[in-house]
Amino acid sequence: MSAAVAEKVILGKTLSIDADGNLANLSDWNEEIAAELAKEEGIEVLNEKHWQVINYMRKVYTDTGDAPSIRKLTKESGVDTKELYALFPKGPAKKAARIAGLPKPKGCI
Amino acid sequence: METQMKNLVILGAGTAGTMMLNKLHKALDLSRWRLIIVDNEKTHYYQPGFLFIPFGVYNESDVVKQKVKFFPEGMNMINSEIWKVIPEYNMVHLDNGITLDYDVLIIATGSKLAPEETEGLTGKLWKKDIFDFYTLDGAKALAEKFKTWDGGKLVINITEMPIKCPVAPLEFAFLADAFFEERGIREKVHIQYVTPLAEAFTKHKCAEVLGHFLEDKGIELVAEFNTGRIDNDEKKLISWDEREVDFDLLVTVPTNKGADYIETSGLGDELNFVPTDKHTLQSIAHKNIFVIGDATNIPASKAGSVAHFESEILTENILHFIHAEPLAARFDGHANCFIESGRGKAFLIDFNYDVEPMPGNFPMAHIGPFSLLKETRMNHLGKLMFRWAYWNILLKGKELPIGPQMSLKGKILDDIYKSDGFITDEQQITKLSGGI
Ligand SMILES: Cc1cc2nc3c(=O)[nH]c(=O)nc-3n(C[C@H](O)[C@H](O)[C@H](O)COP(=O)(O)OP(=O)(O)OC[C@H]3O[C@@H](n4cnc5c(N)ncnc54)[C@H](O)[C@@H]3O)c2cc1C
Repeated sequence: MSAAVAEKVILGKTLSIDADGNLANLSDWNEEIAAELAKEEGIEVLNEKHWQVINYMRKVYTDTGDAPSIRKLTKESGVDTKELYALFPKGPAKKAARIAGLPKPKGCI
Repeated sequence: METQMKNLVILGAGTAGTMMLNKLHKALDLSRWRLIIVDNEKTHYYQPGFLFIPFGVYNESDVVKQKVKFFPEGMNMINSEIWKVIPEYNMVHLDNGITLDYDVLIIATGSKLAPEETEGLTGKLWKKDIFDFYTLDGAKALAEKFKTWDGGKLVINITEMPIKCPVAPLEFAFLADAFFEERGIREKVHIQYVTPLAEAFTKHKCAEVLGHFLEDKGIELVAEFNTGRIDNDEKKLISWDEREVDFDLLVTVPTNKGADYIETSGLGDELNFVPTDKHTLQSIAHKNIFVIGDATNIPASKAGSVAHFESEILTENILHFIHAEPLAARFDGHANCFIESGRGKAFLIDFNYDVEPMPGNFPMAHIGPFSLLKETRMNHLGKLMFRWAYWNILLKGKELPIGPQMSLKGKILDDIYKSDGFITDEQQITKLSGGI
């Protein structure tokens, strides 16, 4: 959960958005919304591998309260670094977190 | 009597470990507590000084001193590599065969460079056309290179976050611009700043100002570039998503990691940083292990100034802990960094977990003498003064006229912070008006 600073309409629903443009409420997320968020990131179709990463991220977030870094992703999600970047170009951890309805990973300070 | 003695063991005698040693030496009842500190290096390196070495401003003798000079009188350290901590038995094994029992453990072994994490980085061009300036050896080798380098594509790269002192690579870029101009070859040097971040710096407020500076100085920003490998033959950086940047001279900040024993001991995250409570500085997994400085995983900058603010909080909390009281002191993520911008000027930024860097004066409202988020000559003098303060005040665990909690005095607040109802701390300002 992060502080809502704006609202956004996705699939006819008005959702709260945080300062990074990510969903502010975990509970607003579902698979259809994920598909829409993916399109905003330039990913037209979410395939099985995408879902493997997204589901893993949501699990880590539920367990630890923070979205995983790229390092943790490649170590534990079963998808290697190269493939992660192919799935979510430029910033896998950041992009996958956004599509998974989570706040931006805290990694970068 | 002897049987009642308890052990407080500090792992690492760098910036944070040395400060804790000095503070605890004063704060603990030494008839009941034995203080032990371990480090594999006898030399203390003033790491912020490494930045200036490639440009010939500092040399080796400006940045090294004997560690023991900064210890309380009569204190010595155990000079050995740490091999493994066994938290279940409250025990530390050292490479030299010694085993230490602890009642309280402080982990202060910082973060180190791991260039071997990136394919091709330590290949045939390493220390020939590829350098780091985060180690003394790297900075010295680069100083030699710069003496004869006559221009070309200079690429400054951050491999991955987090790194210690996240402003240092930017400062390097600014100083390089000024350095080559002074040498009369600036037009022959194409400078690119290649970062995994989406903009010039981790803090957006700051990135806005600094990004603009990069542009003014003719430094090209390549953002969201996550270095996957280095092609030594073609002299290219290649990102994980197959973008390429050519270089003639690459100055890189390799992956930063915590010490190997953290991994061996099962105490770390995927980069060997120790999961730590960001307010109390107690390790998440073990109540009698505390973590300070670059070794933690807390979302604060890995900087000497941060370690200093943490040391005040941690001293209080260690005392609470040994008296079986709640850990009442809370770290707010306070960081305070001078950012050298070249030509005798610098910026200053001050922020914490919740508050972004803001413009204003520091540490005293209206007076300063330092200006936040503005480039001034005074800030540059502050940066140089920092070295003196580091050796003479910080390491010895003495008080700076800046308290650990960030103060909003003197800052020009954005409406958002005002409306959030932050309260400024009157005690803070009383302390500050002691002058710098
Ligand atoms: C180029 C550069 C510029 C910087 N500029 C600034 C700046 O302007 N301002 C600022 O505030 N900070 C700056 N910093 C950051 C600052 O130096 C660090 O944040 C600070 O030193 C952290 O203190 P520490 O005690 O956590 O780690 P360190 O000071 O690095 O100490 C760690 C200690 O642990 C020891 N150690 C590690 N592993 C083992 C082991 N296995 N066995 C035994 N001993 C071990 C090491 O020998 C070392 O003495 C800069 C850093 C660099 C590299």
